[in-house]
Amino acid sequence: MQQVFKDGMEIKRIKVISGKCSGCRLCMQICAICHYGEINPKKASLRIEAHFPQPGVYKPRVCTQCGKCMEVCPEGAIYRRDDGAYIVLVEKCTNCGVCIPVCKPGVIFQHRDLDHVIICDNCFKCTKLCNTGAITIHTRPVKESK
Amino acid sequence: MANSSTSSRGLAGTTLRINLSTGEIKRYPTDEKLMREWFGGRGAIAKILYDEVPRDADPLGPENLFIMSAGVMSGCFIPAGAKIGFGSISPLTNGHGDSNMGGHLGPTLKFAGYDMVIMSGISPKPVYLFIDDDTVELRDASQYWGMGSLACEPAMKKDLGEDFEIATIGPAGENGIRFSCITHDFGRQAGRTGQGAVMGSKKLKAIAIRGTCGINVHNLDKLTEQVTAIIKRTQTHPNMAPWQKYGTAFFIEWSNDNAVIPTRNFQTTYFEDIKGISGDALVERCLITHKACFGCWMNCGKYTKAVLPGKETVYLEGPEYETGALCGSNLGMTDINQVAYLNWLMDNVGMDTMSGGGVVAFAMECFQRGLITTDDLEGHTLNWGSVEDTEHFVDMVVHRRGIGEYFAGGTKRAAEKIGRGSEKFAMQVKGQEMSGYDGRYAPGMLLSYMTCDIGAHHNRSWTITVDMAEGRDKVEGRAKVVVYLQHIRPLFDCWCICRLFWGELDIEPEEIVESLNLITGWNIDAAEAFKTSEKIWNLVRCHYLERNKANGRTFDYPPARSWEDKIPTGPSAGKGLTKEQIETMLDEYYACRGWDNDGNPSREVLHDLKLDFAADNIEKIGLLGKPLPNGIPAVRGERYKPKAF
Ligand code: SF4
Ligand code: SF4
Repeated sequence: MQQVFKDGMEIKRIKVISGKCSGCRLCMQICAICHYGEINPKKASLRIEAHFPQPGVYKPRVCTQCGKCMEVCPEGAIYRRDDGAYIVLVEKCTNCGVCIPVCKPGVIFQHRDLDHVIICDNCFKCTKLCNTGAITIHTRPVKESK
Repeated sequence: MANSSTSSRGLAGTTLRINLSTGEIKRYPTDEKLMREWFGGRGAIAKILYDEVPRDADPLGPENLFIMSAGVMSGCFIPAGAKIGFGSISPLTNGHGDSNMGGHLGPTLKFAGYDMVIMSGISPKPVYLFIDDDTVELRDASQYWGMGSLACEPAMKKDLGEDFEIATIGPAGENGIRFSCITHDFGRQAGRTGQGAVMGSKKLKAIAIRGTCGINVHNLDKLTEQVTAIIKRTQTHPNMAPWQKYGTAFFIEWSNDNAVIPTRNFQTTYFEDIKGISGDALVERCLITHKACFGCWMNCGKYTKAVLPGKETVYLEGPEYETGALCGSNLGMTDINQVAYLNWLMDNVGMDTMSGGGVVAFAMECFQRGLITTDDLEGHTLNWGSVEDTEHFVDMVVHRRGIGEYFAGGTKRAAEKIGRGSEKFAMQVKGQEMSGYDGRYAPGMLLSYMTCDIGAHHNRSWTITVDMAEGRDKVEGRAKVVVYLQHIRPLFDCWCICRLFWGELDIEPEEIVESLNLITGWNIDAAEAFKTSEKIWNLVRCHYLERNKANGRTFDYPPARSWEDKIPTGPSAGKGLTKEQIETMLDEYYACRGWDNDGNPSREVLHDLKLDFAADNIEKIGLLGKPLPNGIPAVRGERYKPKAF
């Protein structure tokens, strides 16, 4: 299942500039709509952390593609796709939640309606709707030596 | 992908009724007929208040209801679908009152599964309403009672969890100050009509909600397509960039350039020191971050800090335009940090910054004219431009000390106590203080205040650019535009979405009605929407007459400054209105609405709006309008798209 990365491939992920985020949660809404056909920010695979009243900043939390979740998954239910995304195989995932505490940005979620965890799959719909430039697509070419 | 099987499209499905006296909490399926016929939000609130609150109920007593409603569009991926409406009989105006706010509370109420919460009675002890999906409880709030609004919110988040959305009142609401507000999201307020005072009277300190459910809509695919297209299309609209940069504070200088900014209690309309409190001053000196409501891509909120020598640095949202004008030029404040500090002060004690600014300005003019003195002010002065004086005076009002008691009921009640001609410059209509525009050289704006259903307020009709386009010296023809605006603008408060994108980004009502249909599965057009809004307007008018028992016209006059004083300085110096012009505007307005010359709705118009029950009720007290000599106009109000700015 693990992808072999070759020169010329591109890895994509979401890039965040915290200071720009306005906390509108359009990103979370479109994420849940696209993946679960439902307006429900609690089913999104990213979160906006609000730090108020002080210092007064919104921090989008997104998948950094560190791969920790894949490492700890006892079921082999998470694999890396060749665009860089860590994909949950919903039929293999037992919803055990072992991956949740290892995710540093805290963007693996469970929802009472679902029997598997939610992880970002690089669809980038959120970045397309964000009107502040707080989240954008970051592209990095693969170097085989790495 | 679209979920069109569910019956409650756009709705969460459940309405809560809570008796605060007994603690009883009941769940009902949301009345879909009420939502369809009264559009949820402000409309449903108006109908419930009309049907259920006894006409002699004290607004601060147990019989008044306190309603919170998230409407049919809040939380539904519609741009800026973020609002929640609050309603009760207003302790300021003694009529139907409603006020709404953005942030995240409205959508979260629906994500928790509820469309509306209707509260009655008075709790024996301070409580807060706790909603966590299916769990609904009244919880002891003694540890929060007495806290400032802005301090209470983080304290509650710390106790309950960051993902709870919190709305609170401050000491002003607890003490029954009639212009108290409800605060949420560190600076979003339902400010007008004293909803915070009603909450306080019910010993309800706060509301905390967390929700994890989804909202089903009629056609999610098409809605997503439409909303995405609107967002993309408007990203390059010329108003988007200034709006994102300044929010409504952009208007401060614009209003001054056009000589409508209230200055020193509406004595004049031009402020010499405007640069110090302008949108640029705000962005350059106070801004921390831009802040948006749920689902809004325009982020008009400006989260700021105020740094003043000798004072602790405070964090707040704002000042937006209204606060900038009413706590800025209207109090003679020359520095944006002063305005921001007063914004924070009023937010934290839980006063509406608009009415609060109006009340302080009125008191300052009383002091200027010697009607109140340092003896009345515990040895303090109350001078224009003084933060210290304002802070001390606000403290007297919030705690009802000495003369503060007079002002606790707003400018109208204060003027009745102070007398000696002060009524002339108590800048209010029906007990509610005016918004941040002087109407003497903007006659449509004055008419908007005069006829606003909840007392003077710009949100129902804003005509400054109409006045400029049609001639600021002319009053004729203004009424029909005001009536139209009074129909379209409150629709946003029914649907619980923000109004500003319609005004600023050229989104036509038809487009919004299309979203409404995609969300609800209704099949209505803009004309039906306007007519429903007109129905709500007329019901609220009848309710006002039934409670206050005199011809409508008697309540529709502005203070005498509006015609006795010409504007003394600035670009509009020498301009003003006559009493006759004001009467002309009222005559035209009533004719346009199908009301008689006494300002009472006629049976014909009420029948046309299916409000025969209200016609019967006002007939019983002798306030049914006489039939109009030429019948009622077929369409009331004339469609007009005011230029943004
Ligand atoms: S979901 Fe979390 S743990 Fe998994 S790759 Fe992304 S950041 Fe790492
Ligand atoms: S869409 Fe952009 S601005 Fe809005 S919450 Fe998401 S990251 Fe922040």
